[in-house]
Amino acid sequence: MTAAPADKPKKLVIICYSGELEKTWATMILASTAGAMDMETTVFVTFWGLQTFVKDKKRITGVNWMQKMMSFMQRPGASHRKLSKMNFMGMGPWMMFQLAKKYNVAKPKELLEMAQAVGVQFLPCQMTMDMFGLKREDLIEGMGEPVGAATALQLMTEADSTLFI
Amino acid sequence: MSNLEIKLKVDASGLSCPLPILRATQGIKTLESGQLMEIVATDPGSVKDFDAWSKATGNAMVEQDSADGKFRFVLRRK
Repeated sequence: MTAAPADKPKKLVIICYSGELEKTWATMILASTAGAMDMETTVFVTFWGLQTFVKDKKRITGVNWMQKMMSFMQRPGASHRKLSKMNFMGMGPWMMFQLAKKYNVAKPKELLEMAQAVGVQFLPCQMTMDMFGLKREDLIEGMGEPVGAATALQLMTEADSTLFI
Repeated sequence: MSNLEIKLKVDASGLSCPLPILRATQGIKTLESGQLMEIVATDPGSVKDFDAWSKATGNAMVEQDSADGKFRFVLRRK
């Protein structure tokens, strides 16, 4: 078998919009694998998706009381995602992680680190940062400069494939 | 089996998708162009996945065989 390498790298853009565990998992699996396949991969992180990229140890984020209340009600961080169904006060995610361990499935946080290691770029949405009162130091290391919808759209029109997750 | 000169062996047995591919990526980056990596996986999906990965990255598939639920791939770094 001979491989036929592409002339120029394929480009993938993922819009990481959702913050639920199962969708975060999908984003991280595809982003890390795309990076491993030498695809130029950019993940635009917006709305609930950005909660995943807050440092795990951060408990309360935001400047005003509403932003703080929001982060209190929905704990940020890649390791604290909830399932959209069968969350059962955290019992659902706990069982998911037990199953993941049993079947050697990497957790979203591990996949995120591997994605960064293979050069996947994660770009935070400036508007979401403003609305939730998130600062750069609230977010994990290695994220790109905050950008807006125009940058996301430009990346999407130049990409070979775009996903909204 | 063959008498190829394998530079690096990676055991991805027991790992689920996409870990075998990610381990392969980590491994092959440590090699120089033309050197061979052997990777063993037990994930049945890895047969098609490694074919896709090889085509996408240009790291050529030199050998592929399977026995006793183990899938073996030999890849040459581009």
